[in-house]
Amino acid sequence: MIEFQLDTASGVATYLQLVQQVHQALRLGLLEPGDQLPTAQQVVAKLAINPNTVLKAYRDLEREGLVRARPGQGTFVVGSLPRTDPKTQARLIASMTAWLRSARDAGLGPDEIEAVYRNAFRNCFAEGVA
Amino acid sequence: MTAVLEATGLGKRYGRRWALQDCNFAVPEGKVVGLVGPNGAGKTTLLHLAVELLAPTTGSISMLGHPAGDHPSQLSRVGFVAQETPIYSQLSVAKHLRMGALLNPNWDADMAENRIRQLGLDPRQRAGSLSAGQRAQLALTLATAKRPELLLLDEPVASLDPLARREFLQELMEVVAKHEVSVVLSSHLVADLERVCDFLVVLVASRVELAGDVSELLASHRRLSGPRREAGSLPAGQDVIAESHTDRQSTFLVRTDEPVLDPAWTVAPVSLEDLVLAYMSKARDGQPARRTQLEVLR
Repeated sequence: MIEFQLDTASGVATYLQLVQQVHQALRLGLLEPGDQLPTAQQVVAKLAINPNTVLKAYRDLEREGLVRARPGQGTFVVGSLPRTDPKTQARLIASMTAWLRSARDAGLGPDEIEAVYRNAFRNCFAEGVA
Repeated sequence: MTAVLEATGLGKRYGRRWALQDCNFAVPEGKVVGLVGPNGAGKTTLLHLAVELLAPTTGSISMLGHPAGDHPSQLSRVGFVAQETPIYSQLSVAKHLRMGALLNPNWDADMAENRIRQLGLDPRQRAGSLSAGQRAQLALTLATAKRPELLLLDEPVASLDPLARREFLQELMEVVAKHEVSVVLSSHLVADLERVCDFLVVLVASRVELAGDVSELLASHRRLSGPRREAGSLPAGQDVIAESHTDRQSTFLVRTDEPVLDPAWTVAPVSLEDLVLAYMSKARDGQPARRTQLEVLR
């Protein structure tokens, strides 16, 4: 069984934090098919959040085919997520490091580098959403 | 879907002063509603109108589908905890439970006793010697053991320290998860409610400034910042709630159902607290925010 944590300063919607933590646990192998998720009652008793938030997160996970609710028993993991391939991860870190070095060599400080990164990140993921 | 709480043209006047005027909103079933507003905005008046401790001057308020005053028995379907969590300080915890059992037709004695045990309260202890947090928990136990369909709590956590506050909200959310009860809780602090509420009613200076589903409210508000611009130049679908300007830069908090496509803007989501504060200062500074130039965000 996993335990959820909440980062109220992150600005990420609460239900999304729960979804992401399940994704993360699946990627790390902390959760496997057959495992039970905490009940809504257990989650709200610990985090003091609205039960509907937990149910919304579980519904999202169910829609993704990762968990299934069994009436009267609880919510169980039925799917899995591919773990990020270590080689791919290493390759990405290498190219990111090369990029950071070139930015630093171009005279940018950490703040400026972060601003550039955020800009690029936003352009890449938020096209049309804004 | 029936509304658990619905106000129609609701108003209450004390002498010459309107404590509440022209209130219109409807809260759907199964929600945890945050009733937010500064001190003196009319939150307590609104709750007292709902439970018939007051009679409205204008309009009406209905609970669980019936107008207040229509059905005497409907108050048994509602749990109400007034401000300062009133208890009888001379009576023991056990006597409070006994009183609850005698006064309420649907009293759930098992639930009440279980909760007292879980809270670690000594049934023989006099309520007057409990801590503020324990008193609040006792009041919540009494209100929930009558097995209401709707719980109304007036400033339930205002007098509690942070730990007792968290424990109270944990207990409350457990009750919601277990018994599927709708809840309205008032507070002058948004931060208290942010985690638990999925519906918000913002009351400022006797009027409802904002009412709606929290996720919809957050989805429909955006903070835009970019080069200096007048509010009047924004497209028609973007309602300006708050704006601030420097000589080069403008920041707007807008309500819009459309995506903001103008590439000049940096668009960011708004937190619930910022959203509420923006509506509060808008109400305080007078309405037409669209034309005025010097308006601060907080």
